[in-house]
Amino acid sequence: MRLVVVGNGPVGQRLVDAVRERDSDRRWQITVLAEERYPAYDRVALTSYLGGRTAAELGVVPAGCYDDRDAVLHLGDPAAAIDRAARTVTTAAGRVVGYDALVLATGSAPFVPPLPGADLPGCFVYRTLDDLDAIRRCMAWARTGIVVGGGLLGLEAVGALHGMGLDTQVVEMAPRLMPVQVDEAGGHVLRRHIEALHVTVHTGTRTERIEPAGRGLRLVVAGGEPLEADLLVFSAGVRPRDALARDAGLARGPRGGVLVDAACRTADDAVYAVGECAAVDGMTYGLVAPGFAMAEVVADRLLGGPAQFPGADMSTKLKLLGVDVASFGDAHAATPGALELVYSDQVAGTYAKLVVTDDARVLLGGILVGDASAYASLRPLVGAELGGPPERLLLPAGLTGATPDLPAAAQVCSCHAVTRADLVTAIRTGGLRDVAAVKACTRAGTGCGSCVPLLKRVLTECGVTPSRALCEHFDHSRAELFDIVRVTGIRTFSQLVAAHGRGRGCDLCKPMVASILASLGGGPILAGEQAALQDTNDHFLANIQKDGTYSVVPRIPGGEITPERLIVIGEVARDFGLYTKITGGQRIDLFGARVEQLPAIWRRLTDAGMESGHAYGKALRTVKSCVGQTWCRYGVQDSTTLAIDLELRYRGLRAPHKLKGGVSGCARECAEARGKDFGIIATEAGWNLYLGGNGGFTPRHAELFAPDLDTGSLVRTLDRFLMYYVRTADRLQRTAAWIEAMDGGLDQLRRVIVDDVLGICADLDAAMAAHVASYRDEWADTLADPERVGRFVSFVNAPAEHDGGVAFVTERGQPRPARPGERVLIDLEVVRR
Amino acid sequence: MRWTGVCAYTALLPERGVCALVEGGQVAVFRLHDGSVRAVGNHDPASGVNVLSRGIVGTRGDVPTVASPLFKHVYDLTTGRCLDDGAYAVPVVPVRVRDGRVELGSAA
Repeated sequence: MRLVVVGNGPVGQRLVDAVRERDSDRRWQITVLAEERYPAYDRVALTSYLGGRTAAELGVVPAGCYDDRDAVLHLGDPAAAIDRAARTVTTAAGRVVGYDALVLATGSAPFVPPLPGADLPGCFVYRTLDDLDAIRRCMAWARTGIVVGGGLLGLEAVGALHGMGLDTQVVEMAPRLMPVQVDEAGGHVLRRHIEALHVTVHTGTRTERIEPAGRGLRLVVAGGEPLEADLLVFSAGVRPRDALARDAGLARGPRGGVLVDAACRTADDAVYAVGECAAVDGMTYGLVAPGFAMAEVVADRLLGGPAQFPGADMSTKLKLLGVDVASFGDAHAATPGALELVYSDQVAGTYAKLVVTDDARVLLGGILVGDASAYASLRPLVGAELGGPPERLLLPAGLTGATPDLPAAAQVCSCHAVTRADLVTAIRTGGLRDVAAVKACTRAGTGCGSCVPLLKRVLTECGVTPSRALCEHFDHSRAELFDIVRVTGIRTFSQLVAAHGRGRGCDLCKPMVASILASLGGGPILAGEQAALQDTNDHFLANIQKDGTYSVVPRIPGGEITPERLIVIGEVARDFGLYTKITGGQRIDLFGARVEQLPAIWRRLTDAGMESGHAYGKALRTVKSCVGQTWCRYGVQDSTTLAIDLELRYRGLRAPHKLKGGVSGCARECAEARGKDFGIIATEAGWNLYLGGNGGFTPRHAELFAPDLDTGSLVRTLDRFLMYYVRTADRLQRTAAWIEAMDGGLDQLRRVIVDDVLGICADLDAAMAAHVASYRDEWADTLADPERVGRFVSFVNAPAEHDGGVAFVTERGQPRPARPGERVLIDLEVVRR
Repeated sequence: MRWTGVCAYTALLPERGVCALVEGGQVAVFRLHDGSVRAVGNHDPASGVNVLSRGIVGTRGDVPTVASPLFKHVYDLTTGRCLDDGAYAVPVVPVRVRDGRVELGSAA
C-alpha cells in the first residue's frame, strides 16, 4: 500500500519514523514530498544555525531512513494539487504520485501583516534555513535590525539578531511582550531583562507601513516617531498552511487549518493531517510536542490501531535572550473562581504566579519569569491536590526550605509521557546511577530537556546521590578546590589535603591540584613539593609513549618556523635517532627519546631559541593558522601574526584539559579554527570569535560567540574565557563540555565574561595579566638547575645505562618500537654477539 | 639476605620514585610521605613496560600505592598486589636505609 506524506518538517519526519517503527511487515511504501532543499531539521533550534551549527547538525532524519525503496524522499518538489477522486498528488515539478493514504504535514507559514512595503528588500521572515541564509547575507553589512512581533517567535528572532551583534529593536502591538504566555506584571519583568541587553522594546505599537530609507528601511508607526533599521524580520505568529487541502475541497477549522477528528483524519477517510497545519476538532497547536503526538496517532491508525489525539499540554518553558520564561496550565486564570498568588522580586528580576482553584487546594497553572527553575516540579502538579498551603510552592526554596512532593502518577517528562512512578521503577530495577543512565533507559529528559533537574531529584529521592567528588581524597569538585586554594592562600598539596581532604592523594587529585597551584601562581611546576605531584609527562616535560620512551615537541607558534630552526630540529632528530612526524597542530613531534637524552636534546633546541611546546601538559597546545592576508589572495586579516601573538600570550597556561586555538584569515577557514577550543575567523571588519570546539572522541564545532571584534576586544574576551574556564571547569572537561554543562550555556558565558553579571571580569583580567607576566620556559629553567637535570636518569645507580627493555626497528627509514615478535629476534641477535 | 647500596637517601624526593639497576633486573624505589622507603619491581605487568618508578605515589585507604604512568593501574607498595585488577602483581623487594644509604636486599 502507498503512503504519501506531504511535508518533511520534524512532525512529517516523526510520522515516517513512527510508521517504520510499527510496520514490521513493510505494508506501507512511503513517498515524502518536501518543499525545502533540506531533509527535516530541528526548527526549535533554528537560531543555533546562525551561531554556526550546520543543516546536517540540525537534521532529525535517522541515518538510513531513505536508503531503501520502501521510503523515498523528494526534496525541493512540493505538492501542488491533490486529486481525491483519483487518489493522486501532483507536485510542482509535475510528478504524479498515487496514494492509498495521504498525510498532510505542511506545517505553518510565518504571518506577514498586510502592510504597504512589507515585501521590500530587507524584509525577512524567520522560519526556514533558507530564511536564515537570506538574513545572514544581509548581516554582511547590516548593523541594526527591527523585529516585528514580541511574542515567543519574535523574541527568538530578537535573540538571533542580537546574538549576531545587531543593534536590535522589537515592535509588539499588544501592551506587553509574550502576551499569550505571560500576564502584565510578568511581561514587565521580562521587558526589564530584555532592555538590560540594550534591546529597545516598543509595546502597544502598531506598524502602519514600511518605506525604503537609504540602504535600509523606515517603519512608520501609529502615533509615534518612525523607526529605522538596516533589516526587518517579521515574526508575528504563524498561520496553518491549509491551501492544498482547501483546494481539494476539504473543510477548514474556524481559525484555519485542515479540519480533522481525534484520529487526525479529515472527512475523507484516506486523508490525514498532522502538526501545525492540522485543526484537531477545530483547534490548532503551534508547538512541536502536540504535532509529535498527532504523528504517533496517525501511525497507529495506519496500522489498524485505535489511537486518538488526547489534546495537548500547551505549557512552555524557554530561555529567550538568557531570560527564563515558563507558562503552564491555566496561566491566565480563565477557570471560574480561580485565585492567583503572586511573588515578585524586583531586585532579582523574578516573577512567579500560581493559579489555584477557589478553595486553594488544586493547582491550575502558573507563570514564571526570570527564574523558571521551579517549572519542572510545578508543571506535573497541575490538577493535583496540593496537600498544603500553596504559597510554599511559590516562595523561593531558600525562604521556605520546601520543595513540593511529586505524586507517583505525576508526569515528569511530558515529551515522552514518563511518570515519576515509571522513573522510580527504572532506577530501582535497572540500578541506574545518574541522569545519563535515566535518559538512556526511559527517554525522559531527551525531548525539550526541561525535566532534567527533576530527574536528578527523583534519583536523589531513590537514594542515589550523584557525587561530585573527584576521588577518595577530596569531597570537592575541581572548581570548589580551586576556590579553596584561591581564598585560603594554601600553596602546597600537603596543606590542602591535611586541611580539606584525607590520605596522601592519588594519580587523579595530585596532578589536578598541581594544575590549580600552577594557575594560581604557585611557581615553576617542578619546584619543591610540586614536583612530586606531576604525572610523568609533566615531571620529565615530555610525553610518555607506549614503550616508556618520550616524545619531544618544541613550540612552533602559529606553525611558523625559520629554516634555521627547522634544520636544528632535523639535526637533533638525526643525531638522537628520533622518529619524526608532523602533528595536526602545525608542529613537529620527535619520538623515542630516553629520559637521560631529554636534557641534551633540549639544550640543543633551547640554544637555537626554541622553548617547550607543553605538548605534555594540560595546557595551551597550539594556535594553528593559515598564511592569511600576507600571502593568500583571499585573506582579509593577518591571521598568522594574531595566532603567534595568542600562542605566546597563553603559552604555559595550565588548564583542566588541553587547550587548542586556531586563526583563519578568511571565511574559507583553512586553519580549521572551529574545531578548536577557541577559533577566530577574519572578517572584513575584524575577527569573529568562536568558542567550544574540539576534535577527538566527540567532535564539536565551536559556536559563534561574538562577531567582528577588534583585536583588543578579542584578546580581552579570550583572556576572560580562558581564565573562567581554568577556574570553574571540572578535571579533564574540555571547553565544549564545560559550556554545555553551564546553566544557560553560551548565553550565560556571555553574561559572565561580556556583561560581567558576576562582577569578576576585573579579577579574571588581572589573573591573566599575572600569568602573562610570570611566564617562563620550563625547559630553560630546568636546564639551568643541575639538581633538576640530575633527575633525568633511567637508573639512579647507573646513570650511563639505559633500559634494555626498549628496542627499535627501522621502518620507512625511521626507528619505531619493536613489536613482540620482532623483539625475540633482536634479543637473539644480542645473545649471539 | 645480601644488601646492596643503590643511592643516597637524599637522592629520593618525597613521594616520588627512582629506578635502580641491580642483579636480577630493575627495581623501583619510593620514599613515602612519612620518610619510609618501599621497593617493588619496575616492570608494570599491565603495560609490559619498565615504568613503575615514574608513577605517582599516593594512598588508597591506608595503603601506600603507586599508579603506573601508562594505563594507571594502581599497585599496593607493601604487598605488590594490583588493586585495580587481581590478575596483576609485582614483586616486593626488601629495602632499608643504613647510614644515609638506600640498600636493596636479595636472598643470600
